[in-house]
Amino acid sequence: MRNEQATQLLFDLSQPGRRGAEYPESDCPEFSSTACIPAEFLSDVALPLPEVNEPDVIRHFTNLSTLNMSVDTHFYPLGSCTMKYNPKRHERLAAIPGLVDLHPWQAEESLQGMLQIQFEMQEMLGEIAGLPAVSLQPAAGAQGELAALLVASAYFKDRGENRTKVIFPSSAHGTNPASAALAGFDCIQLGAGKNGFVDLEELQGHLDEHTAVFMITNPNTLGLFESEIGEISSMLHDVGGLVYIDGANMNAILGITRPGDFGGDMMHYNVHKTFTGPHGAGGPGAGPIAVRDFLADYLPGPVVAFHEESGQFALQTPAKSIGRVRSFFGNVGILLRGYFYLRTLGGDGLKELSQHAVLNANYLKERLKHILPVPFGERCMHEFVASAQHLQKERGISAMDIAKRLLDYGFHAPTVYFPLVVPEAIMIEPTETESKATLDAFVATLEKIIAEDPELLHTAPHTTSASRPNDVQAARSPILCWSPACDA
Amino acid sequence: MAAEFQFRMRFALTSQMATALKSAQPLPPVPDSEFLLSYLFNTPDEQREMLETIGVDSIESLFDQIPDSLQLKRPLDIPPALSELELEQLVRELASRNVGPSDRSCFLGGGVYDHFIPSAVDAIAGRSEYYTAYTPYQAEASQGSLQTFFEYQSLICQLTGMDVSNASLYEGGTAVSEAVFMAMRCTKRHRRIVLLGSVHPEYRQIVQTYLGRMDCELVIVPTPGGTAAPSAVEEAINDQTACVVTQHPNFYGCLEEVEQISALAHKHGALSIVSFDPIGLGILKRPGDQGADIAVAEGQSLGTPMQYGGPFLGILACRQEFVRQMPGRLIGQTTDRNGKRCFVLNLQAREQHIRREKATSNICTNQGLIAIRATVFLSLLGPAGMRQVAELSCSKAHYAAQRLTAQDGIELAFDQPFFKEFTLQCRDGADAVIQRAQAAGFDIGPALRRVSHDESEDRLLVAVTECRTREEIDALADAIAGSSAVPCNSAKPVAESNLSEELEASCSSTVAAPHEPALRSARSSSRKTT
Repeated sequence: MRNEQATQLLFDLSQPGRRGAEYPESDCPEFSSTACIPAEFLSDVALPLPEVNEPDVIRHFTNLSTLNMSVDTHFYPLGSCTMKYNPKRHERLAAIPGLVDLHPWQAEESLQGMLQIQFEMQEMLGEIAGLPAVSLQPAAGAQGELAALLVASAYFKDRGENRTKVIFPSSAHGTNPASAALAGFDCIQLGAGKNGFVDLEELQGHLDEHTAVFMITNPNTLGLFESEIGEISSMLHDVGGLVYIDGANMNAILGITRPGDFGGDMMHYNVHKTFTGPHGAGGPGAGPIAVRDFLADYLPGPVVAFHEESGQFALQTPAKSIGRVRSFFGNVGILLRGYFYLRTLGGDGLKELSQHAVLNANYLKERLKHILPVPFGERCMHEFVASAQHLQKERGISAMDIAKRLLDYGFHAPTVYFPLVVPEAIMIEPTETESKATLDAFVATLEKIIAEDPELLHTAPHTTSASRPNDVQAARSPILCWSPACDA
Repeated sequence: MAAEFQFRMRFALTSQMATALKSAQPLPPVPDSEFLLSYLFNTPDEQREMLETIGVDSIESLFDQIPDSLQLKRPLDIPPALSELELEQLVRELASRNVGPSDRSCFLGGGVYDHFIPSAVDAIAGRSEYYTAYTPYQAEASQGSLQTFFEYQSLICQLTGMDVSNASLYEGGTAVSEAVFMAMRCTKRHRRIVLLGSVHPEYRQIVQTYLGRMDCELVIVPTPGGTAAPSAVEEAINDQTACVVTQHPNFYGCLEEVEQISALAHKHGALSIVSFDPIGLGILKRPGDQGADIAVAEGQSLGTPMQYGGPFLGILACRQEFVRQMPGRLIGQTTDRNGKRCFVLNLQAREQHIRREKATSNICTNQGLIAIRATVFLSLLGPAGMRQVAELSCSKAHYAAQRLTAQDGIELAFDQPFFKEFTLQCRDGADAVIQRAQAAGFDIGPALRRVSHDESEDRLLVAVTECRTREEIDALADAIAGSSAVPCNSAKPVAESNLSEELEASCSSTVAAPHEPALRSARSSSRKTT
C-alpha cells in the first residue's frame, strides 16, 4: 500500500530548520570564505533547496522506489533491452575500497590492479568480437557508435578519401542515425527490406565511392540473424566502405558467431545489457568499441597497454587517436561489473548463456504464436517481434492495451511499436535468466488478457500507483521543474 | 604497426592472466554447469520439454539460421568460469595491487574530488527497485524513478538558478560538448566556438573530438595569468560566435569573471556556457545569477565515489527559452486518467528514438542511478549542509595553500582568488613534489603536464575537501619540502647541520600564521604511509 504522506514531492516535505547531514566545525576557522574570497564572487543568499532530515529522505525515496517495477521484482521482457538478472556479487565487489575509491589522477604504479582488470577486459571483449583492438572509453552504446564513426572518418581522411554516406536499415535503433548525423555524415535509410532482412539489391544501389559505413544490428531488431551478412560485408568492402555492428543484441551470439568473423569492422557493446551492468533506471551504461587492427591507431583513448619488459600496465593514447570522447578512463564501475560477469561465466559459460537466451525466446514465441503471431522468421534468436494487428482489427485491442494490462498482472510490458516494420509490434526478450515456470505464467496471463473485455484493457493499468498519464497535457504545457505554483 | 602492437598485447595477456589466475585460484575447478545454475533456471528436463514444444531436438539447431561458415568452431579464448568465492578472491587480490584510500590521503583534484558521501546515499542507490529498473518508458510502472528524476531536475534548478535541467548526461566533459552543440542550434551559428584556455583540458579535447567533421572553428582564449582577461575574451568573440565556454572555478582552481564574460557573449548574440562546481555553489554565486544561458557540471561531487573516473554525472541546465533544444531526457509533471499528479518522459520529440538523425543528441542511456545519488545527496544536505561543505573545503584549501607555499621553492602559480583547489609552482618540478608527498602517504596533483602537453612541468594542482584535516595538511606541508630545504616546522631531526642557514632563509619567507601553536601541536600526527 502506498504511503501517500512520504511520497509527496520532496519540496512539500520541507520544514525550515531541518537537515539530513551534519559536518564538523572547521579546524581552520581563521580562513572563512568571506576572508578568503572577494565578495563579488560570493552569494549572499542561501540556496533555495528543501530542508529535510535523514529519516524523511530515507522514507521518501524508499517508498518511491517501490513504485517501480524492476528486474529484481518482476519479469521484465523488454525487447532490445536485455533485462537479465544483475548478480549481487557484482555490487559488493565493485564497492571494494581498493576499486571504488581510486582517483583517476593517482600514479599509474598505484593503479596496477585496476589497469590489469581493464586490460583483460579489452582482451576479452576483443576475443568475443573477433575484432582485436578495443577502447573502453565510450560511456554508452550511442557514444560507442559516435566514437566508431569518428574512427572511420579519421581512417578515410588518412587515406585521402571523401566518404560522406552512412547507411542503415529502417529497423535500426534511433541512435544509429542520430550518431551518424552528430559525426557529420549524411544519413541514408533503407526501405522495409524483405522478410525482415536487408534487401541487398536496394543496398547495392546506395554503394559507391562516397559510402563510408553501413550500420547494422545483428541479430537485427526483429530478433533474426541477417544470414546474408557475409555478402553484405563483401559488398561494403568492395566499394571501400566499412561495416558497423550495433552490438545491442550480442546476448544471442556470444561464443557462437563473432562480428569480426561475419564481416564487421567495428562494433560497440552495451555492457549494461549483455554483460549485466544494471540498467540503473536509465543508466549508467558502458559502450566499449572493438575494431579491426587497421583501425586500432584511431581509437579514442587512453587504452591500457601491457609492457612486457617492466611487467607494468600503462595508459596509452593510440597513435592517430580521434581524441577523447569523455573525461578520464570510462564508466569504470560498469566495466568492472562486466569484467566480474565474464570471469564468472568463462568462455563456455558465455556460449551457454546465449544458448539459453535463444531457447527461452523460441519457447515463448512458440507458446504465444496462437494468440500473438510473429510475422517474420520461423525461428528467432534471443527475442522476437509479435504483432497484435489481428486483435486490433477483430477486437480493437492494441499492442499498447496489452502492454498496459500486463502491468496489472505483475509483468513489466514488452517493448511496443518498435520496430516499425511490424504493425502493432510487441517485442519480447525473455533473457536466459527466466525460468520455464515464469514464461508459462506469462503465456497464461496473455491468454487471459486477450479474452478480457476490451474496455478493461483500454483503461489499463488499474492497479499501479498511476494510471495512464496525460501525455498531451504534459507536452502542451511542460512542467519540468517544481515551483510552489505546481502544488496549487 | 598497430597490428603488431595488438598482437603483442594479446600475447602478454595470456601469461598475465595465467599468473593472476594461478595466484588466486586455490580451489579446484568445478564443472561449468554447476556455476551456471546460479543464473540459469531451467533443468535438463525442462530444457527437453521446451525443445519439444519448439519442435527441435537440440539447442544447437536453433542456431541454424546462422550460416555454418560464420559459426565459431572453437571455444572462446576466455579463462574458465569462477565460483563466487574464487571471483571474490581474485578481485580482492587485484584490488590489493592498487594503492587505496587507506594507504594515502587524497589531495588530488583535476575534475574529481574526494568529498564525503553520507551513508543514506548508498542505502537508496542500493535499492534494486531503482538500480535494476530500465529507463522509465512505461510511466505507470516507473513512477518511483520518474518522480525522483523530476525532483533531481528541480533540485538542479534550485542549485544553479537556471529554469530547466535535463535528467542527466554522461559526465562533465560531454555536458560541455552537448551544451556547445545546443548553443549552435539555439543561435543558428555553426562556425565559431570560443572556449577559455582555463577550461579542463579533457573537456576541451572532448569538444574537439565531437566537432571532428564539422567545419567549426574552436577559438581558445589564452589564460596566462590563470584566468581570462575580459578584453581577451571580447577579442575572441565575433558575430559568428555561437557561445563562450567558461569554467568557474576553472581548471587551475581560479575564479573567473563570469558575469562580465556572459555580458560580452550576449553583446555579440552568443550564449554563455558556464561549467561550475556543484559544491562551490554552497557559497559562490550561481551560474543563473551570473548570466549563464546553459550551466553544465561534473556532478561526481554530489555523492558519487571517484571509482577511477566513472560513472559520473553530466549536469545540464538552461534558460526556459532553450528547452526544446536540450539534449537528453526530460521528466514532466502531468495528471493520470483519474486526475492524479504523475510524471512522464516529456518532450520526447527531441530525442533519437523519435527524431532519429534530427534529434538534439544521440544520447539514449544516461546516468540515471548517479542522478538518483545526487538527488539524495542534495536532499540530505539542504542549504545548510551545502554551505557547510563549501565553507569547510574553502577554509581548509586556503589554509593548505598558505602552509604549502610556506615551503621553500613552492608558491602559488597564480595570484587569483580560488575556492577549494589551487595550482602550485614548484621549483624542483611538479613530479618531484608529488613523489615526496606520496612517500609520506599523500596523493597530490595532477601535475598539469600530465593533463595537457601545453602545460608547464613545474605546476601541479592541489584540491582540499571537507574530508581533509589540519593535521594532514600540516604533514603534507612537511613532506613536500625539498631535500635541499628541510621545512622549518619539521619535527624530524635536521640531517645535515650545514643546511641551517638555508633553513632559516626559507623560514623567514613563511607567511606569518596566526595559528602557529596549533600547527606545532598537530604536526606529528600523519596518515599511515605506504
